[in-house]
Amino acid sequence: MVMLAPEQQLEKLVYERPSSLEMCHTHYCPGCTHGVAHRLIAEVIDELGIQERTILVAPVGCAVFAYNYFNVDAAEAAHGRAPAMATGIKRVNPNSIVFTYQGDGDLASIGLAEAVHAASRGEQLTVIFINNAIYGMTGGQMAPTSLSGQITTSSPNGREVLSTGQPMHVAEMMAGLPGVVYSVRRSLHDARHVIQAKQAIKTAFEAQMQGLGFSIVELLSSCPTNWGLNPLDAVHWVRDQMIPVFPLGDYKVADALQSKRARS
Amino acid sequence: MAKELLKGNVAIAEAAVRAGCEAYFGYPITPQTELLEHMSKRMPELGRVFLQAESEVAAVNMVYGAASAGVRVMTSSSSPGISLMQEGFSYIAGSEVPAVVVDVMRGGPGLGNIQPSQSDYNQVVKQAGHGDFHPIVLAPATVQEAIDLMTLSFDLAEKYRTLVFLVLDGAIGQLMEPAELPPMREMTGLRPSWALTGQDKRRQNGRLPDKNIITSIHMSAEELHIFNVHLQNKLAAIEASEVRYEENFIEDAEIIVVAFGTAGRVASTAVKNLRKANVPVGFFRPITLWPFPEQRLAQLADRAKAFLVVEMNAGQMFHDVREAVGRSVPVEFLGRMGGLMPFTDEIEQEIRTVWRRSEVLALHRQQ
Ligand SMILES: Cc1ncc(C[n+]2csc(CCOP(=O)(O)OP(=O)(O)O)c2C)c(N)n1
Ligand code: SF4
Repeated sequence: MVMLAPEQQLEKLVYERPSSLEMCHTHYCPGCTHGVAHRLIAEVIDELGIQERTILVAPVGCAVFAYNYFNVDAAEAAHGRAPAMATGIKRVNPNSIVFTYQGDGDLASIGLAEAVHAASRGEQLTVIFINNAIYGMTGGQMAPTSLSGQITTSSPNGREVLSTGQPMHVAEMMAGLPGVVYSVRRSLHDARHVIQAKQAIKTAFEAQMQGLGFSIVELLSSCPTNWGLNPLDAVHWVRDQMIPVFPLGDYKVADALQSKRARS
Repeated sequence: MAKELLKGNVAIAEAAVRAGCEAYFGYPITPQTELLEHMSKRMPELGRVFLQAESEVAAVNMVYGAASAGVRVMTSSSSPGISLMQEGFSYIAGSEVPAVVVDVMRGGPGLGNIQPSQSDYNQVVKQAGHGDFHPIVLAPATVQEAIDLMTLSFDLAEKYRTLVFLVLDGAIGQLMEPAELPPMREMTGLRPSWALTGQDKRRQNGRLPDKNIITSIHMSAEELHIFNVHLQNKLAAIEASEVRYEENFIEDAEIIVVAFGTAGRVASTAVKNLRKANVPVGFFRPITLWPFPEQRLAQLADRAKAFLVVEMNAGQMFHDVREAVGRSVPVEFLGRMGGLMPFTDEIEQEIRTVWRRSEVLALHRQQ
């Protein structure tokens, strides 16, 4: 048999299950982009070679079982408290890489104080923030990120901003805190944006690996089930309805990360 | 080591440090703030973790995180803060991680005041959060005992993978007494096999170990039932071996005074005084509020004519004494609220009243 040098090999493996992602079915609904976000995170963990020192803090919300899907040490926090629990874990395991994975109800509503203060302290954590503008798990109630006029089970006539406030802009808000070194918003609605989202997730983990401070990636995500849309219409809704309200972009990128990005 | 004059809160903090506490998370509240302040100095000095959290909710969840990582961790607070921490207590119980909480109780409800009180008895002993669980609850009456029980708290927390409370009223927290601190405990730095450390820390012979998960979720009813049965069995084991109490002049006592913490101190003096006056009164002080020394009280009920429970609340432990003693023996109550303490002479007077009443009752029974 003739052995081919790697560059001569005819077949090249381009798709493989990341080792940090468990071989199991998830409980996410068809067309939900929670699964996409999981895969991106797992790929990044593999690529950075940090699987064995990563610890996940899972939220309350649809990602409540995230600890079943990643092959890393993991904790299940109380609703909204993931950044506090992660703080406890990281402070006593300073060499580990700790990340929370939180929905908008979890982070922007009940756990806003924990998120803001962990960020403000510049806690060496990475937060993956899934903004689907609704409470998925409890069956589609209004979230702080719900759009003006959005119909949910607890805003049946559409969200009224006069009484319930404007959609909350987490990436922008976090960017205002000195402890935050990386705060960006990306979207998971199509392939191009998914690739951009992965890059951002990678940068967020790198920020922690370099000990620079708190990093957060807000990901616009779909909830076909509670929006009452089919999967394709749901990603279109992200594109057409959510992005105009939640502009994608880099709200804060610390100099140390910027120069690294310029080099690469 | 020689005795030194120590303030309760500071002594407890230093005892925790010497017991090998590796991380402290807390939020200031009177009358326990000196504990937090002492930790803020000592922990970083020793390269350990101190963090002033943004709230009690955050503090207890930080404790939950560090406990999940398998280190000796504690927090401290006072009544309104303990109310806020209940969420975390329940999760800690549900995931069976060890943690220690010091509650220096003040008057309530609401903001109440900052005077010494025992008003958290029910909250801590009966229902420290949602679900079926009990923390171990230790109640010292002196600064020395607080120091000794602090060390025990960490040991029990680890032994049973449970939450342990050290509860005292503001008086013991603020009191200065001569006491002796234990020597600094050597720390191994080892983490238990279930702890969240990152898989690399548990790697052996080059094999990637299974991931560790700390969670309180059991989605199926059967599974959660089985977990709860396991938890109840563990609690039963604690009840069988961890009951602690102090008793005095019990042998020939006709009236038995039951009190804990500062109320116990005052009541103990009253009992001593009355013994000198030949009143047949005995003293019983639960040191573990949970597990409650109910078997011992039931034994004593066979001999005593009456019990008097003295508390700095409206009669919360009273019900536990009542249940232990049964209906055949009268159980009476003397309580003060709002930060008031019953004075020695008030307790003496009450003991005499209860004694007289029981004599009259006995006479009636004979006729
Ligand atoms: C203390 C507490 N309050 C409320 C709930 C109920 N609850 C579970 S998930 C959830 C909303 C989650 O929404 P989000 O964080 O946006 O995540 P999603 O499900 O949309 O992914 C709520 C309110 C809870 N589990 N605990
Ligand atoms: S309810 Fe919505 S967010 Fe939750 S899994 Fe289903 S689609 Fe995804």
